[in-house]
Amino acid sequence: MAEPRSNDSLIAALSAELVPVRRLLPPWRRTLGWLALVVAIAMLLFAHYGDQPMLRRWAGAPDLAWAALGAVLTAVTAAWAAFTLAVPGRSRAWGWLPLPPALLWIGASGLGCLRTWLAPGTSIATLHQSADCFVFIVAFSIPLSALLVWLVRRACPLRPLLTAMLVGLASAAASASLLEICHAYDAAATDLFTHALAVGVVVAANSAMGGRLLSR
Amino acid sequence: MTADGSLVWDGGFAPSLDCRVSVPAEPASANEQAERRRAAWMAAAQAGDRRAYERVLADSVALIRAVARRQGVGTDALDDVVQETLLTVHRVRHTYDAARSYDAWLGAIAGRRAIDVLRSHGRRDRRELHDEIALDQHPDRDDASVDAERRQQARRLREAIAQLPPGQREAVEQLGLREQSLAEAAAHTGRNTGALKVNLHRALKALRGHLHGED
Repeated sequence: MAEPRSNDSLIAALSAELVPVRRLLPPWRRTLGWLALVVAIAMLLFAHYGDQPMLRRWAGAPDLAWAALGAVLTAVTAAWAAFTLAVPGRSRAWGWLPLPPALLWIGASGLGCLRTWLAPGTSIATLHQSADCFVFIVAFSIPLSALLVWLVRRACPLRPLLTAMLVGLASAAASASLLEICHAYDAAATDLFTHALAVGVVVAANSAMGGRLLSR
Repeated sequence: MTADGSLVWDGGFAPSLDCRVSVPAEPASANEQAERRRAAWMAAAQAGDRRAYERVLADSVALIRAVARRQGVGTDALDDVVQETLLTVHRVRHTYDAARSYDAWLGAIAGRRAIDVLRSHGRRDRRELHDEIALDQHPDRDDASVDAERRQQARRLREAIAQLPPGQREAVEQLGLREQSLAEAAAHTGRNTGALKVNLHRALKALRGHLHGED
């Protein structure tokens, strides 16, 4: 059986089956598309819980507001980096984009934890309540990750592992941001640990599956 | 410009990225013009211009080979990288942004496919070494067992062909097994010759992967 080794014949064959394609939207536009779903979920949560509990908590403990800002920015930048890295030829340096907001997120959450330690009067989440946070973050991350993977796969991720980690980070950060709206507790060690564990689980699950889900 | 007078093109990759391509010294403007031309052809191809597509793919072959060589791909496997890259380019041509460098886009895809080809050749080489040792150590077999093995191989091949998607299976059956010419197969299946060739190429790749356990 003769194999068509010649590059020319392959080029001729590919040209013969050429059809017009719609160019992929720029990464920032695609990021906005994904964020639209996150905003829609946030609106539903606000409609149910209102914004007062969140604002009261933030007024009492400004570091929680900084942590929330860090989480939101981490979700935005990680998703933007994932969409950008899924386009061939874009610099790997994009992978560092979510690092500064992630440091703000982790740093401010850690500060909250320290403050609780210094002022033991604040309301601290029990292990059971922390488990609820864990379930919330993981449960919201699954559909958000699935949508992000589906959108990213429409491009051509040539670095599936890095892209999958960014997808996981974006989804986990978005879920943690959403949790802020209906989160009744202050940041304590147990709560912070639960968040870290949930984020770690989401990032690790995406990385583990990323090779197969995102390879093209 | 390097000491030996050749221009080193990094196609706008990050410093940590691994594909850098040496091209012979030429006036910079000529290189830039060539790249702009390729970018314009690819943009036209996205809109469905077949001639522009044929030109940009033909122009890409030398760039793909240069990337593959820099990744350490041997001469015998260069065409594998070229063909795998061309097929990927075809599949993901919608991801090219006409405002950006075509060469950087192509170079990233070629670099990835070069790594894939190096890995698959590495696996095959290791397996073949094992096979040779096994053959050396294996006692001579009678004709009956050779026949049985051939029948088993034929059965595995038939099963692998049966698992192919319909278009690819059709191409293998018409072109490979019935040894029809492209024109005959096209008349028989109602598909154009280009689609048949692409389907055959993909089918052979899938069969190689299946029979060598590369999937």
